[in-house]
Amino acid sequence: MSNSVGTPGDITRRQLLRRIGMSALIVGPGAGLLSACATGGGAAPSAGTSAAPSAGGAISAKNPFGVAADAPLEVVIFKGGLGDGYATEVHEPLYKKTFAQAQVKHVATQQIAQTLQPRFAGGDVPDVIANSGTDLMDNGALQQEGQLLELTELWDAPSIDDPNKKVRDLVAPGTVESGLLAGKPYLMNYVFSAYGLWYDSALFEKNGWTPPKTFEEFKAFAEKAKAAGVTPFAYAGKNAAYYAYWMILISAAKIEGNQILLDVDNLVDGVWQRDAMKQSAAAWAEIAKYMDKSFEGLIHTAVQLRQNQGKVALYPSGSWLENEQKSQTPEGFKYALAPTPSVTAADKMPYEAIRAAAGEAYIVPAKAKNPKGGLEYLRIMLSKEGARGFTEKSGNITVVTGAADGLELSPGNASLSAAQTAAGQNVVTFSSFENWYKEFETELRKQTNALMFGRISGDEFCEKMQKAADKTKADSSITKQTRTV
Amino acid sequence: MRQGRYPFIVGFLAAPVLLYVVFVVSPYIQAFYIALTDWKGISANPRFIGLENFARLLDDEVFWAAVRHHGVLLLVMPLVTIVIALFFSFLLNLSGGQRGGRMTGIRGSKVYRVIFFMPQVLAVAIVGVLFQAIYSPERVGVVNGLLDKIGVEPVGWLIDPDLALWTIISVMVWQAVGFYVVLFSAGMSSIPKDVFEAAALDGAGRFTLFFKITIPLLWDTMQVAWVYLGIAAFDAFALVQVLSVDRGGPDNATTVLPMEIWRTAFNFSKFGYASAMGVALFFMTITFAALTLRVTRRERIEF
Repeated sequence: MSNSVGTPGDITRRQLLRRIGMSALIVGPGAGLLSACATGGGAAPSAGTSAAPSAGGAISAKNPFGVAADAPLEVVIFKGGLGDGYATEVHEPLYKKTFAQAQVKHVATQQIAQTLQPRFAGGDVPDVIANSGTDLMDNGALQQEGQLLELTELWDAPSIDDPNKKVRDLVAPGTVESGLLAGKPYLMNYVFSAYGLWYDSALFEKNGWTPPKTFEEFKAFAEKAKAAGVTPFAYAGKNAAYYAYWMILISAAKIEGNQILLDVDNLVDGVWQRDAMKQSAAAWAEIAKYMDKSFEGLIHTAVQLRQNQGKVALYPSGSWLENEQKSQTPEGFKYALAPTPSVTAADKMPYEAIRAAAGEAYIVPAKAKNPKGGLEYLRIMLSKEGARGFTEKSGNITVVTGAADGLELSPGNASLSAAQTAAGQNVVTFSSFENWYKEFETELRKQTNALMFGRISGDEFCEKMQKAADKTKADSSITKQTRTV
Repeated sequence: MRQGRYPFIVGFLAAPVLLYVVFVVSPYIQAFYIALTDWKGISANPRFIGLENFARLLDDEVFWAAVRHHGVLLLVMPLVTIVIALFFSFLLNLSGGQRGGRMTGIRGSKVYRVIFFMPQVLAVAIVGVLFQAIYSPERVGVVNGLLDKIGVEPVGWLIDPDLALWTIISVMVWQAVGFYVVLFSAGMSSIPKDVFEAAALDGAGRFTLFFKITIPLLWDTMQVAWVYLGIAAFDAFALVQVLSVDRGGPDNATTVLPMEIWRTAFNFSKFGYASAMGVALFFMTITFAALTLRVTRRERIEF
């Protein structure tokens, strides 16, 4: 989902009030101060400038969306674990290369929602947004309010590298599907991430350890690690509980197959009470007992730092981890990825299965001043050159197939590609509820901490989550989404 | 000059009143309206849904957890702060006995006054970060490190659901005491000295001086302190945001209404519902202030 959980934002009450005040002060031209209402900002994007896609650009093979060559483009990037150099040094220059007269405005922020929410309310939105981080905007809500541009046009456009192929044919399978809202593609998930247990292969070699393949082995390993003074498994409870619930969901999918994750997203009755979920929750809670209670009060970077110091053996995360920790990683530390261990002997999926999914949503606002330019910008991102540049700048692999070929891979990325090869077709699917039902997701974070730090049992966890799922299902104010793949 | 008075006053007041209406009153009124809609905050077409948001509040357990926490804060935080502040200001101003015919504080009271006031000058975010280190759950945290030295196991100040709220209250008290020490000191120095002298001649000890004279004569100041601290007890947003597990945890143990309003608006994109919480908070605060002022009303003592 988000590849760098910003530290809890230090937004103050005053800032909050100011922001609410700001939204109350967005004034349409000529409107008196007092008639400017928080909700009556701008239904129509500011009059005066033509908000309609700038007329001008002729549609051609090189310009399939018909972008006006001189229309300015505004790009807002979440500056977290990926940095924003990929935008300022790769994608934006590439856009300028095609449209030399266009002004490209770059905005970097760590708080997408706080930066952009008032702008959405006021109808003054940028053309491309990297909607990510702890404070990302609710994509589901944006889509329901008609604020997102549908991306079918992008996926069906001819690709930059091979005009005879569509953009959708050159990305990893499942990429387009992972960005569906209400059955249509609205999100361009760009970063290809693999999730599992990350460890330092040098440390394991030194101690003669191998990553456990079953939960039985996991317990034996935990004893060994503990004896060596290393915490066998840990995550950060203060702001990254979802790292742990990913593992619970992945294990449940390995026991029962991907259907259980589809059913979780679709709020199917009783899905949290199924055996696979109960077994998975109980198994992880068992392992979590080896973790010191104090981890609940730490943030992700603190726990990741301990792993770099050799104090934590296995850490649940995604493939952005290596890049995020670059400045803290000591010489000789080699990141490697291990799949989650099998829970039962009868698991539907083999041990080698990993969750690999497209993440990091990029969106084009429907009411952008230059939506065609936004689409073109995404098309540039999805070109081989754009994707390669992204990998070089951010250390993360993209959904563009073969774009990273020939780049020298870091230990973590090399291990990731080996894990992918071993997994073959056994890929654990992504979860969409994280984007669809934020309240439910918040509850899951709370209960995950309660489970992993020993305040509730696996069964209680499943019962509470079923209640939360039922509540979401019954809540008429939440628009429901479904997925079939 | 009488006939020119009104234009003069109106002329000077117009600008601030206008600003106040635009920046304070109008957002308030808008919030009341937004609370009756299902506005999601990202477009300009809220649907009017009447009191549905308020009905929803009634069985929102997180909301009630937050309300309960405000109840605890309201009972504990002002009381503890005022007691400590009174004690300190008495020490600083009146406990040193008489010197040259006037009451004095303990030795070095000027220095203490500066030290006590320090937390007041720090931004609340800085205080939060400071106490993150102080109450860190690890063995190397400031408090746990000291405990470790005397052989006590680390305490989960902010991660034990039974302790976390009290820990945050302690930070609030720490931050507030200094200001009220200064406030009460000012109150005490305005009490005529001869009252104390007369009492001292009649053989009143420090205890009697404090309870029979200082407190009654400081009543007005304490009332103000109580209202201010009470209103502060309805906030605590910044500290909860910085210190608590996952913003209000563990298990909702530390969440407060401003935190939930913020989360509901910015995470869940439910601005209508968040406004309803805000309106509820508004009425709680107003009710508290009105009640406090009525209940604690006494005869003014003229001196």
